[in-house]
Amino acid sequence: MVTEKNKHNEIVKAESKDLNFFYADGTQALKKINLPVYENKITALIGPSGCGKSTFLRSFNRMHDLYPGNKYEGEIILYPDNTNILDKKVDPIEVRMRISMVFQKPNPFPKSIFENVAYGLRVRGESNKRMLDDKVEDALKGASLWNEVKDRLHDLAFNLSGGQQQRLCIARALATEPEIMLFDEPTSALDPIATVNIEELMSELKKKLSILIVTHNMQQAARISDYTAYMYLGELVEHDDTNKIFTNPSKKETEDYITGKFG
Amino acid sequence: MSEPIISARLSKNFRRNIMERFIEFSLLCSAAFAVFITSAIVYVLVSEAIPFFQHVSIYEFLTDTVWTPNYSIKHYGILPLVSGTLTTTFIALIVAVPLGTITAIYLSEFATHKVRETIKPILELLVGVPTVVFGYFALMLVTPMLQKIYPDLTTFNMLGPGIVMGVMIVPYIASLAEDSMRAVPMAMREGAYAMGATRFQTSIRVITPAAISGIVAAYILAISRAVGETMIVAIAAGQQPNFTFNPVESAATITSYIVSVALGDLEHGGIGYQSIFAAGLTLLVMTLLLNILGHMTRKKFAERY
Amino acid sequence: MALNKKKLSALNDLQTIREMIKRHKKNDLAFAALGMFVIASLTITLIVLFLDLVLDGYPKFTLDFFGNFPSRRAARAGILSAWVGSSLVLIVTFFVAVPLGIAAGVYLEEYSKKNWFADIIEINVSNLAGVPSIIYGLLALGLFVYSFGLGQSILTAGLTLALLMLPIVIVSTREAIRAIPVHIREAAYAVGATKWQVVINHIVQYSYGGILTGVIIGMARAIGETAPLITIGALTFIAFLPPSPVTIEPPFLNLEWLNAGFTVLPIQMFNWISRPQHAFHINAAATGAVIIILTALMNGAAIKLRYNIRKKIKW
Repeated sequence: MVTEKNKHNEIVKAESKDLNFFYADGTQALKKINLPVYENKITALIGPSGCGKSTFLRSFNRMHDLYPGNKYEGEIILYPDNTNILDKKVDPIEVRMRISMVFQKPNPFPKSIFENVAYGLRVRGESNKRMLDDKVEDALKGASLWNEVKDRLHDLAFNLSGGQQQRLCIARALATEPEIMLFDEPTSALDPIATVNIEELMSELKKKLSILIVTHNMQQAARISDYTAYMYLGELVEHDDTNKIFTNPSKKETEDYITGKFG
Repeated sequence: MSEPIISARLSKNFRRNIMERFIEFSLLCSAAFAVFITSAIVYVLVSEAIPFFQHVSIYEFLTDTVWTPNYSIKHYGILPLVSGTLTTTFIALIVAVPLGTITAIYLSEFATHKVRETIKPILELLVGVPTVVFGYFALMLVTPMLQKIYPDLTTFNMLGPGIVMGVMIVPYIASLAEDSMRAVPMAMREGAYAMGATRFQTSIRVITPAAISGIVAAYILAISRAVGETMIVAIAAGQQPNFTFNPVESAATITSYIVSVALGDLEHGGIGYQSIFAAGLTLLVMTLLLNILGHMTRKKFAERY
Repeated sequence: MALNKKKLSALNDLQTIREMIKRHKKNDLAFAALGMFVIASLTITLIVLFLDLVLDGYPKFTLDFFGNFPSRRAARAGILSAWVGSSLVLIVTFFVAVPLGIAAGVYLEEYSKKNWFADIIEINVSNLAGVPSIIYGLLALGLFVYSFGLGQSILTAGLTLALLMLPIVIVSTREAIRAIPVHIREAAYAVGATKWQVVINHIVQYSYGGILTGVIIGMARAIGETAPLITIGALTFIAFLPPSPVTIEPPFLNLEWLNAGFTVLPIQMFNWISRPQHAFHINAAATGAVIIILTALMNGAAIKLRYNIRKKIKW
């Protein structure tokens, strides 16, 4: 078993290798993307709308498989077992059980708070009441929502505020103890206070897992991420330490985007 | 790479995939059942009508003006049934087209949200009235009322059931036509209002022409309903085949003929039995053509907006 | 001078414009009044229809009427066999049409890929909804009664009405499912659910209300449906009840009733309308009142349910 490390001695958790992606209508949305995701780090994807950052993120849990005609080329290798999660022989459901996702808009199920968090466990066949109770509590604590909802676990999730709903979705993704968590612009539908909560939560979460986040908000990327990748027109322009990207990018295009000359 | 773990997983995936495939297949069968019903309809009607047409030439069927398959002197001309069907349908349209169109324009362009939300349930209740009840209404209430205006009117006639059938299809026309009008983009209305047009002018000069193919489709689908309607005419129009277009006379439609034969003693395989399938086939062809025409017109309209 | 003249004509113009607008507004008002009038007439028709039946049938609203068999003497005739028959036929219809319809709707919305086969199914479903009900009666006569040898039984009638109801259930299932946003599906897939888990734990549960609305409307239609049942030859004098579906001894369920002859409410009503004696017409009116109250209650419940769903769930 090979464990790849970078210059800072950080472990690579997953890595895309020459990843191309084509939508059903034939448009190529990703072009030869090579990008590592480090363990216990936050990697942020930035770039203008339509640059392919969400498409890239959604490749990590094979979301594109839900719509017929979409096509991947290249690999995404998940370590330590060296599985190419894009391989046709790998069941997308298995991938989703290891890599969970939080969406742009809070999308709780119209079920109770408890059932929302427990759902991922239930599809894994967990039915022991005690076990479910414990894991739901842990996940809600992990998403710092427990104190707010512990007395009304069986209320409908729709009754929560937007920020609470998004933390519930994080708890739902967390309950199954994933190795990587994907965030697709998780705060774009939230107010500033809820945004701060989620950002703090992510910094807490990275102690346990690896995070890949798409964000529209450059300040957010600068605040929370360890690594930043700038994408443009389906290509990865630059990938580096967040500090380096925001203070001294090596490419002119990155600098133009960061400084707002373009975008 | 640790092989045993992967293979255990794969075997679990395999079982799960078989399960998923099985479920998908069962659901597919349920959906394909619709195809089975259509095929069964065509098969039953055609296979029972074939012996009928071996006995009766298509020429006689389409041109003879007398229909008496169950009498001793047998004639097999579908025209009297078609004339009855067309006459009642025509009367129904005279009632339903203006009323339905006015209702649609009113609901789409004039009524406030609240009024619309109150009226639509009333129309839905009207749709929900069973046709046997409408038939009673035509025979016991509408025809006696018409007899006061026109004393020579017989108890069984095509006018009363035709009018009641018209009332029955008003909600169909209203709701389909309203859908089309509401599908016209808001920008078109705003364009008209910005030039100083009133509501009425906008409705008549802009919205109605823009939605015309959708409205026509509503009429066509309503005709199909009227052609296939059975109980109202079977109860109130009499069940005697009569080659006439005169609404005050009694007559049988294609549908009410089928009912009248079914009411008697059916000899399975006899010519009377076969004749209702021939009549049914004629009805199916008529409604199918109307439905296809209606859906095509509607689709063309939907593509425009 | 010229300027003054221009001003004057502008004023004149304004005058004419105002008059014109006044005229146009009258048209607006006139049409609004016409629309209200048409809708009021329709409403009144509905009320008259209802009152006519209730007032005509009023003398028969007695327990005897519901507890008696049909009879040659109008005064003693009742609708016992008809309402029992209607209930049993509807049970068959329900258990056939609802599972099949929901399964077909789920398949068309969640599983079917865009190909020629899906198109064929689609065209078939929309065509079936437009086929006149009496054609279903002919289908049932040729297929169920003679080819399958089921005779003029409750089973035949239930299956016939199930075919009629199927398109309604399919269409309402599809509409309800289409209202569920994509992101809810994606959320379920993202935690590792299989397609079937997404369908059974989410899609069916969230579209439940919409499906129920369609089922109620379909059942209301089945209650009043007459022509296809007459066509299968069900207009007979039935003065007995089918064997009871439930028994005291094990196995407690008895399926013999499926093969029994039957009558239903609308056929009983039609039968009485067709008699020349006025006394039977009273019976017909009373039966009609029962039918229309049942269907109105069911349709009303469906409308209310749909309204509640629209108010409750905002995705």
